[in-house]
Amino acid sequence: MRYLPKSPAEREEMLAALGMGAVDELFASVPEGLRFKRALEIPDGQSEFEIREFFEDRANESARGYACFLGAGAYRHFRPVVVDALATRGEFLTAYTPYQAEISQGILTSIFEFQTMVAQLTGMDVANASMYDGSTAVPEACMMAARITRRNGFLVARTLHPEYRQVLDTYSTHQGLPISTVGCDQSTGQLDLADLEARLGDDTAAVVIQSPNFFGILERVEEAAELAHRRGALLVVAFSEAASLGLVAPPAAADIVAGELQSFAHPSSYGGPYVGILATKSRHIRQMPGRLVGETLDADGRRAFCLTLATREQHIRRARATSNICTNQALVALMATIYMTLLGKRGLRELGEHNLAKAHYLSDSLLASGTEMPFSGPFFNEFVVRPTVRTAAEVNELALKSKIVGGLELGRFYPELDGTLLVCATETARRAEIDAYARCFR
Amino acid sequence: MGRTRQHPTHDELLVFERSSPGKVGYQLPQLDVPPVDPYETLGPSYVRASIPGFPEVSEVEAVRHFTRLSTWNYAIDLGMYPLGSCTMKYNPRLNEAVARIDGIVDAHPYQPEALAQGLMSVQTTLEAYLAEITGMDAVTLQPAAGAHGELTGLLLIRAYLESQKSKRNIVLIPDSAHGTNPATATIAGFESREIKSNRHGTIDMDALRAAVDDSVAALMVTNPNTVGIFEQDIAEVAELLHARGAQLYVDGANMNALVGIARPGDFGTDVMHLNLHKTFSTPHGGGGPGAGPVAVKSHLEPFLPIPRIRQTDAGLRYDWNRPATIGRVRAFYGNFGVLVRALAYILAHGGLGLRNATVDAVLNATYIRKGLEAHYDMPYRAASMHECIFSDARQARRGVKTGDIAKRLIDYGFHPYTVSFPLIARGALMIEPTETESKQELDQFVDAMQQIAKEVEADPELVLRAPLTTRTSRVDETRAARKPVLTWQEPPAESGSD
Repeated sequence: MRYLPKSPAEREEMLAALGMGAVDELFASVPEGLRFKRALEIPDGQSEFEIREFFEDRANESARGYACFLGAGAYRHFRPVVVDALATRGEFLTAYTPYQAEISQGILTSIFEFQTMVAQLTGMDVANASMYDGSTAVPEACMMAARITRRNGFLVARTLHPEYRQVLDTYSTHQGLPISTVGCDQSTGQLDLADLEARLGDDTAAVVIQSPNFFGILERVEEAAELAHRRGALLVVAFSEAASLGLVAPPAAADIVAGELQSFAHPSSYGGPYVGILATKSRHIRQMPGRLVGETLDADGRRAFCLTLATREQHIRRARATSNICTNQALVALMATIYMTLLGKRGLRELGEHNLAKAHYLSDSLLASGTEMPFSGPFFNEFVVRPTVRTAAEVNELALKSKIVGGLELGRFYPELDGTLLVCATETARRAEIDAYARCFR
Repeated sequence: MGRTRQHPTHDELLVFERSSPGKVGYQLPQLDVPPVDPYETLGPSYVRASIPGFPEVSEVEAVRHFTRLSTWNYAIDLGMYPLGSCTMKYNPRLNEAVARIDGIVDAHPYQPEALAQGLMSVQTTLEAYLAEITGMDAVTLQPAAGAHGELTGLLLIRAYLESQKSKRNIVLIPDSAHGTNPATATIAGFESREIKSNRHGTIDMDALRAAVDDSVAALMVTNPNTVGIFEQDIAEVAELLHARGAQLYVDGANMNALVGIARPGDFGTDVMHLNLHKTFSTPHGGGGPGAGPVAVKSHLEPFLPIPRIRQTDAGLRYDWNRPATIGRVRAFYGNFGVLVRALAYILAHGGLGLRNATVDAVLNATYIRKGLEAHYDMPYRAASMHECIFSDARQARRGVKTGDIAKRLIDYGFHPYTVSFPLIARGALMIEPTETESKQELDQFVDAMQQIAKEVEADPELVLRAPLTTRTSRVDETRAARKPVLTWQEPPAESGSD
């Protein structure tokens, strides 16, 4: 087998050195009654060629070569080839978590840069080395807020990504953290601030909102922060579309920012792996979950980096850790770091402007095709639209004939928005594709 | 030093320190739609002025920056990575290639099911193989990592017990366990209670018997355990738990010692997780992404996270209508790209090949054990499987600790073994070679460890100063924690310099 680097003779030699006659003797400690007696029912090992073919066949049973107007937490953006060229270098791809700092300075330095860039982008002081994804970063932020405030209630915007809310529900049920939902202003599509104010109580640990929210609309972060802070609660701001951060004002009024960086050079990859971020103000770092890299010196007085503040973590603190997270998403975080470096200050701004322009061209085209937009709030690169000539399902059915995957039918998550679509146009959407999709609404 | 020599490596500043205004490493296509003024469209308060401190470098500078950083890392592609419990095996490049095929890599999680049949069958195929390998009845692929799988598993147990109207809040965990186990128990809303190991490093049956009462929800156990020894009483452990209404959770971190040899499902396991980035060879990437599928027996199946995939007359469909589900533990369907890589690995080995890999993993560890047992103390004498444990007791008498020996190993061109874990073995050296090391590599490793043992006798100071050949000398971790510097700060402009 090509992945096993021993010749049959070497194997024999090693067994002989151990005084064994057969490999079964290696497993003498497994009681006879517990041994697996038959062969695994998995086909014989295959060649590289066959395995490639197998996955090519699976890819052909997917939406290969389709234009796509889906966003909703997973976005299609241009990916510079440099990102994969660098991130697949074996020194990054096949390294372990950098516990041994002397031979891990490459990954440690890049994580320090990642933490810095995430802090700069979000308007926070510090960020950790990454979380699994946006959906799991949110409950981690909530548990962190509960520790900081010593309260346990949460007010969660109905415009937070529905799957993020489902994940939060799963976590909170078993932590005994009660959650209630804050409604959405039916005209703007933004958080209902009056509802928020009415629901805030002395047991509220945090208010959780998303901006741009699930409908693509920018939230009034400062107003929400002020209301939360007035009652001693924290504000957690989530995001799923990182491309907005180059153009849109950062959620600097938040206490914790929890989001998803998939847009920065990681393909949508059918939902994962992605990379979550968690950023906060300096005063809260000891309540942060996850790994952190800090600057220090080596024995010769030169700048060096290492994992730090490990006393928060499971391998030291065990049952009293701030989280159980261990393996996170380092390689995807590295890809995001390379991407942010390549685009830089100007590129991220331009990226944001292109997304804004494409989405507004799409919205203008759809309005001209006789659709209605239920919400008036400012949106970044996705928005809600209600077709009037055809049903949402019919529009998407028609689009598929032109090899276009249309927007998300929102009735699935919001019964009151049944018949609407959440559509997204990033910088990758060509004008001709937008025009073709708009024709499907007529 | 045997197999290493020093060679020049490049110094490199942080990317922020390399920046100068106006540089970019990227070009967008010409905008083919009318531009939009963000201030007008969004309103001025929603637009940011700039991103202070953000990098500005050219493409070639970015390439050199990250390439230089990469040369400062050790990696499997350079040599053996004998980290006990971490299972750092070779990561086949084919798996990277297939995960990047168009149609897979750019698939959207909400694309129509009719246009996702291939992606769904990747999941059902992998689920079926993992069920066969573990001897369990059903598998969820949603958890993003091992610890996330642990959480999912404990939530399943909680939901099941609640459905039986059974209120239990204790999770028993041996003192040899990974730190994630007790941390997970807390996050899942349980209280963890430690079970002392016996002098062989395995579960003390008397202690367990005394601990299992009607408040115990489950025992979390790693098998083979973290000292690399198979828990021979595991079937009896399962019976004991089941007789008292508790569940057996198996931490599959060491499943690579069992694939094709024994199946947790056959020795009474109710729920377990697997680390695809360990046993199934997906790259560790400097700390993730991983994947932590959870396998269960049928009584726990109704509680699995949504959605499940169901075969229907119209092909594969997601099933959301699962009233007993614990809900979701992650958005979408888990770390799909990692699942693709793991399936590619399984296809490459095949059923028999997977067993052969297990044989070689145990052969390698046993071979190392034999080569080092005369030079280092062994806290446990029982036969070990995929990893072996030594202690620094002999070297400590010369003032040299396991952490020092580990640093010296770097000078010999190897990544250190796992240091000071498991906690039950004082001064532990935990060594796991995996099956993807050649005899030559193992011989060099054994030789290096023997040399270091001699150095400790002849010149302990030398070992205490190690590593001596790395570009970065011993890193001051205490300093980092005392006054944390977690982000780069723009230096204040020098006054009067211009």
